[in-house]
Amino acid sequence: MPEIALEMKNITKRFPLVVANDKVSFTVYKGEIHALVGENGAGKSTLMSILYGLYQADSGQIFINGKKVNIANPNVAINLKIGMVHQHFMLVPPLTVAENIILGMEPKKNNIFIDMEKAIKRVEELSENMGFKIDPKAKIENISVGIQQRVEIIKVLYRGAEILVMDEPTAVLTPQEVEELFEILRSLKKQGKTIIFITHKLNEVKDLSDRVTVMRRGKVVGVKNTKDTNQEEIASMMVGRKVIFEIEKKPLNLGKTALKVEKLEALSNKGLPAVKNISFEIKEGEILGFAGVEGNGQTELVEVITGLRPASSGKIFLYDKDITNYSPRSIREDKIAHIPEDRRQRGIISNYTVAENLILGNHYRSPFSKGFVLNFTAINNHANNLIKDFDIRPSDKDNLLKSLSGGNQQKVIVARELYGEPKLLIAAQPTRGLDVGSIEFVHQQILNERDKGKAILLISADLEEILSLSDRIAVIYEGEIVDVLDPKKTDEKEIGLLMTGSTTNKKLSKVK
Amino acid sequence: MKSIKKFDYYSILEKITPLIAVILALLVGAIVIMLIGENPVFVYKTLFSNAIGNRDGWGNVLFRATPLIFTGLTVAFAFRCGLFNIGGEGQMYIGTFLATWVGFTFTNLPAFVLIPLCILSAAAGGALWAAVPGILKAKTGVHEVIVTIMMNWIAASLTFFLVLKFKASPTEAMVAAGVKQMIPHTNEIAEAARLPRLYNIFKFLNIDFPSYNQVNVSFFIAIGVAVLAYYILWKTNLGYEIRAVGYSPMAAEYGGISVGKNIILAMMISGAFAGLVGTNEVMGFKYRWRQELFTGLGFNGIAVALLGKNHPLGVVLAAILFGILNYGGAIVNIFTAGRIPRELIMVLQAVIVIFVVISDEVVKRLIRQRRKVV
Repeated sequence: MPEIALEMKNITKRFPLVVANDKVSFTVYKGEIHALVGENGAGKSTLMSILYGLYQADSGQIFINGKKVNIANPNVAINLKIGMVHQHFMLVPPLTVAENIILGMEPKKNNIFIDMEKAIKRVEELSENMGFKIDPKAKIENISVGIQQRVEIIKVLYRGAEILVMDEPTAVLTPQEVEELFEILRSLKKQGKTIIFITHKLNEVKDLSDRVTVMRRGKVVGVKNTKDTNQEEIASMMVGRKVIFEIEKKPLNLGKTALKVEKLEALSNKGLPAVKNISFEIKEGEILGFAGVEGNGQTELVEVITGLRPASSGKIFLYDKDITNYSPRSIREDKIAHIPEDRRQRGIISNYTVAENLILGNHYRSPFSKGFVLNFTAINNHANNLIKDFDIRPSDKDNLLKSLSGGNQQKVIVARELYGEPKLLIAAQPTRGLDVGSIEFVHQQILNERDKGKAILLISADLEEILSLSDRIAVIYEGEIVDVLDPKKTDEKEIGLLMTGSTTNKKLSKVK
Repeated sequence: MKSIKKFDYYSILEKITPLIAVILALLVGAIVIMLIGENPVFVYKTLFSNAIGNRDGWGNVLFRATPLIFTGLTVAFAFRCGLFNIGGEGQMYIGTFLATWVGFTFTNLPAFVLIPLCILSAAAGGALWAAVPGILKAKTGVHEVIVTIMMNWIAASLTFFLVLKFKASPTEAMVAAGVKQMIPHTNEIAEAARLPRLYNIFKFLNIDFPSYNQVNVSFFIAIGVAVLAYYILWKTNLGYEIRAVGYSPMAAEYGGISVGKNIILAMMISGAFAGLVGTNEVMGFKYRWRQELFTGLGFNGIAVALLGKNHPLGVVLAAILFGILNYGGAIVNIFTAGRIPRELIMVLQAVIVIFVVISDEVVKRLIRQRRKVV
């Protein structure tokens, strides 16, 4: 029997409306990589928040190395050598790598001054132990997301962590970065660290973990040795039913050209060129997938097409109509639907009800408005219909959107955007942060639209999604289309390389 | 996750925080009164029994509440669009002066034309004054707080200049004594521009009500405006857009809502409410502009909106509470022969505001701790 590093026994945590953790028992052996999986709202983050002292359990005990502990706040957790790498990094962008790492635990010279030299040396030591180099003097704002994540890991190690909790660490990384991260985690394991790895992605569970704990609806539904199980089994444990992994795509049936983009250029918020001379076409019944590391102009490209950002030059045609630099409202009226990448900021108004969110963009038109006055009969009927059709839960139209899970928020957006038969659907990161069941649902909706003969522009950082849905794949790097690929003749590796700019075969902005 | 069918008492708690704040503030006030060496029970009894124990008291309370309803709605309405309009003071000056000017200029118009015209001028003046910060915010992103503060000063100086320019003609006594008009006030507005006092209505209904009581028809305008504000915000697509911009400008923009247009409109509607203070102070009370007659009402609107949680109904209730404190405080001052200064009431108001802010934050944290956003 291996040594137990962490044991959480019968943890129960109630919130006013839900039992987030219902007698959860969770055991992690010393020196293992333990995957914690489950759908959104299954109670993984609550459990980890209790471990890290962010929440207090209503009942249950926690044992670290066999000793009962009471984790009242994160400081206690840190003293118990528990470290957490959050999904959203907690770094100060204008400060250097070393400064961020020592923040709050600065080594002192003469008890007054910060001993920067010592700090830098320590950072170098820690990174070399893990088998990579990092420039301690580089500023956070100038380094890539993948490197930032390493800074977070070093930060946690600097504080002496023996148990590392990684909250969905791969969500923001490219395939290559994911592989590098896994290498780092494996080397940490070799050094005897214990790693708890929260994820949605089952292939990562398989690749990395020694054991896996699956949660559903606040309860642990199973603990398995990774090598004794498979993705299908884990998925059905997570969702509570069988999950179809293979997406069945009907044969391609191309129609007229729906969207034509010609030599489009646009600036980023900082005023730098973000979209550079991009041209492409999408035909009816076709999904064009844009693969790329986030921040390579995808956001700006979508914003320009939807009227949220001015084009500095170039043209956009919807069928034969030039819609370049039209207002967002008139572009919506021309039936371009948009599932935005930033769900919280753009896609929903979290303080509006489900019913109110479902009319956003159509709120001023019949039947939802008569003149100036909102027509609540129509609004409520509309909401009840879509809630039923799209299985939005909970099914009360008067719930504030912020009380819904991410998956259901996304369903609200998808329901709203597909209403009114759009001619072009732009789906940007449509399944980010969603659980297996919701992903399946969103993918099915997108494919249905394709089969109905709609043109679809799909943008995703998730290569699996791009590969399984797209009819053509455009790879975008630094605002340019570097190549266009046939999904049947390529793989994650090739796309991954193109995405990071490491290719000699640059076909600039030519998609034919 | 299992749902527990349980009464969601937190959302109730969230809504009644102002009530808790008021009670706590009254307790703090009681301590202050005791420190002065007076009996808090006696003071509060005197305050409330005089303010709301009889019709005269109620009339005085509502007269004092009326302008605060207008300025409270000013702040609350703009806030729903994510704007902090602290320019109610200046918007009130301009609107009121414009109404006064119309009232003493077009003196030969009949009442059914002149009264609506004066009311519209009051609203238009406030709206125009508020349009400036609105446009600047929408077009250039200049923060409305800065601009409205500066616009307050400009309005104060501008109206002072105008009152000297339109100074009232000297009275006969002045002419006889050979002195000039020294009071910085304008001529009176036409009889046809004046709003009737409620006394006239009560007399018609055979209800006993003192004729000197200043509460007038403007109170009903204020209630009407509160209803209108509610209607615009929650029943029209304009309100839908304004609130959307207030909650999330980016989502609003995405939904085809023009953020700039709604900022300007919200500011103008908000400013119009402030301008309507003139219906009470000039058309219903003094019948002329007098310099520094109603200084501070615009700023008190911020406190009223805060206490009323930026909801029209809350604003009306908060304004009435402030009316009670103002009038009751004055009475207490008289009854205790000045031992309880009127300033105590200002202390009380300030403490209420502080407690509202604190209890709001406390409840928010409580909720955040207990309720997980699933």
